Amino acid sequence: MIRPGKMIKQVLGSLFKKPATTEYPFHKKTLDVPARFRGKLIFYPEKCIGCNQCVRDCPSNAIKIRKVADKVFEADIDLGRCIYCAQCVDSCPKKALEATCEFELASIDRDKLKVTFRAKSQDAPNK
Amino acid sequence: MHKVVIPIGPQHPALKEPESFSVTLSGERIMAFSARLGYNHRGIEKACEERTYLQDIYLTERICGICSHTHSTAFVQAVEEIAGLVIPERASYIRTIIGELERIHSHLLWLGVAGHEVGFDTLLMYTWRDREVVMDVLAQVTGNRVNYGCNTIGGVRRDIDPSQIKDILKAIDILETRTKYYIDIATKETTLIERLSGVGKLSKIDAVTLGAVGPTGRASAVDRDVRRDDPYAAYDKLKFKVVIDDHCDVYGRALVRVGELMESYKILRQALKDMPEGPLTVKAPRKIPAGEATSRYEAPRGECFHYVKSNGTDKPERVKVRAPTLANVQTVAKMLEDGQLADLPIVIAAIDPCFSCTDRITLIKRTGSRSTKKMSWEDLHTYSVDWYRKKGLDFTDLNKKLKKWI
Amino acid sequence: MKALFNIFIFPGFLFLFVFGLSAQFFDRRIYARLQNRQGPPWFQPLADFIKLVSKEEIIPEEANPNMFKAMPVIALTAVVTSILYIPMWSPKALSYFNGDLVVVLYLLTIPTLTFFLGGWYSTSLYSKIGAVRALTQLFAYEVPLLMSILAPALLANTWSLTGMATFYSAHPGYWLFNILGFAIAIVTLLGKLEKVPFDIPEAETEIVAGMFTEYSGRFMALFKLSIDMETIVAASLLSAVYLPFWIGSGPAIGFTVYLLKVLFIIALLSLSRTVFARLRIDQMVSFCWKFLAPLAFAQILFNLAVKGFIIK
Repeated sequence: MIRPGKMIKQVLGSLFKKPATTEYPFHKKTLDVPARFRGKLIFYPEKCIGCNQCVRDCPSNAIKIRKVADKVFEADIDLGRCIYCAQCVDSCPKKALEATCEFELASIDRDKLKVTFRAKSQDAPNK
Repeated sequence: MHKVVIPIGPQHPALKEPESFSVTLSGERIMAFSARLGYNHRGIEKACEERTYLQDIYLTERICGICSHTHSTAFVQAVEEIAGLVIPERASYIRTIIGELERIHSHLLWLGVAGHEVGFDTLLMYTWRDREVVMDVLAQVTGNRVNYGCNTIGGVRRDIDPSQIKDILKAIDILETRTKYYIDIATKETTLIERLSGVGKLSKIDAVTLGAVGPTGRASAVDRDVRRDDPYAAYDKLKFKVVIDDHCDVYGRALVRVGELMESYKILRQALKDMPEGPLTVKAPRKIPAGEATSRYEAPRGECFHYVKSNGTDKPERVKVRAPTLANVQTVAKMLEDGQLADLPIVIAAIDPCFSCTDRITLIKRTGSRSTKKMSWEDLHTYSVDWYRKKGLDFTDLNKKLKKWI
Repeated sequence: MKALFNIFIFPGFLFLFVFGLSAQFFDRRIYARLQNRQGPPWFQPLADFIKLVSKEEIIPEEANPNMFKAMPVIALTAVVTSILYIPMWSPKALSYFNGDLVVVLYLLTIPTLTFFLGGWYSTSLYSKIGAVRALTQLFAYEVPLLMSILAPALLANTWSLTGMATFYSAHPGYWLFNILGFAIAIVTLLGKLEKVPFDIPEAETEIVAGMFTEYSGRFMALFKLSIDMETIVAASLLSAVYLPFWIGSGPAIGFTVYLLKVLFIIALLSLSRTVFARLRIDQMVSFCWKFLAPLAFAQILFNLAVKGFIIK
């Protein structure tokens, strides 16, 4: 039956329900981020072999691999350029990159967004 | 009565994306309407030629936020056709499932936007609250709420495991009850019917002549749907109905979209049940052999058309995208004949405009001039630099600073 | 001295200011909760007012600056003046004479005229369209509103609001004859206060902000304040005319009952804001003239019959 105000029953029922708003950032626990969420990347230097496949496949040139010693590599990731597509995670043959669930990455200084993953110091017995 | 020309856009509360319309009014009646496109042009087709095929998947995905899976799947289908790859069946089912979830998300968003344009903010709040259910499911399955990134050349990147299938089915059950409620509201609420009926009329002949696609055309009884006429992904194995309506106005378009929501739930249930086991990708070469291919995809807004030409290297030679809104925008002028100013926002919103998809290459015909000129990339660059210099703006210092930065 | 106190503090400007902003908070909170979301905190309308007052005013080049600046002040003045004649918690208003009903209704029309003039003298396209729509809407809702307020006055046999309140407190139960008029008055009040489904002059998605497009800073603050105060004054008028029970039972109870009545009317306005879509101007005019005006006329005839047969 066509009548005005058809939504009135549901609307009045909402008065007694809890609001659907999540009070972020005061109540962060109510936000459940799924396990496969593509957030900030982390890099495991001990697994990297320096094939540069991630550098070639990145759509926005956000990751750079540097050689610091023989078979030891470090990664510079620019979080401002990264589009969080995780293609590098799939391209890496040794699973040296992983996507975490961290998404609160905003910053007012562009230089702070460039992170470097340093290799652990190798005990090079040179002495 | 005195005629006034008012601009709607590029910045206007009625438009979600910038586009310039100029409307000639006499009192409240619309006398003439003209559109000028191109405010969202970002040079994506040129940028696609500078990146490899794998990088282009992410670039085409970001042409639009709500049709992101559309563009990336259409592109990948064209590339796979050139390379002669046949993707495994499980991958085609997963692409279908993500595509239908995206259609649900887009239609719920449209219901909210249509409610907002007629001043019915309650419908906006309720439909967008229910949209969160779909977005949470998509985040669980693909890893992000928009820009899903689940395609790769030769298949898909991620699998859907049984616990996620259960979550998707639960979400569909919740959404189906809510959608039935919205159908009830749309067909029975007096003020909504008053605003949507009889507005933006487009007869069937006009729809076919002007090339309306998608729900805009189907509401004028044009029986075209790419999923049925030219099946891709897993649609040839699924049974579904194409929703046609003959109201020919905004009310009909609303009914078509809500009907398509109910059909999507049916398609999803079938696909989730029938999905076969198997591998997710086939191995794809880095260098695609020379050739060209076109691919079509039924986006939530209509038929989306991609053309890819390759030349044997790992970067495409030419990518062309024709979004459905480009076909539908021509019909707005016809719909607004003898209309009122108050109907303009809802008529523009009823074609579900996505101007980010639309602005690829803009051709502005200079009326009165008969000659045409073909301009190469360098010609275009020098032309634009001279044009700004004539206005007194010189960007050479700025370009030097930018080069240092990059 | 008492007159100055009445005009500026209570129940004049300061009382209307505080009550108007609280009513706006109440309205926005109920609107939000009906839509299943949280609303703004209690200090939000005050924060909006302070923010608007502290911003710079921009007057368009082609606008007439004197009219542009004068309109918000005139709107505010008219609204604050009209509260003095409305009985709130006792049957006697602060000042009364036979005929103050017409004066109050006239003073409440002035804000709409200032919206029109302010929009017209802004000389911007969107403002002109909004201003013309405001005037068209005035022609639509004014007649049903006046007729529906006239009906209880006919029953009480007086042209003064104070007289009506005294009559209805003396005869408890007679206000039930005016229920139809109450319904009509609530619907036309939506048109006067420009709330959905009749917020056509300020339709955000069609003409940016209608007649308020060019207003900013202090003038915008005054316009918004005058709309809030007009809500309170019109709700008080309705509660005095249609809900005149317990109006004479002492200052404390009377004041509480008055607050509850006004908040009840504002809750009804928020509810209708939630469940309706916005109408077009031609649909609104035809609705008011074809549907509301005959009903208001029927209410007048009914009241005349009641007066003739029951009250000898």
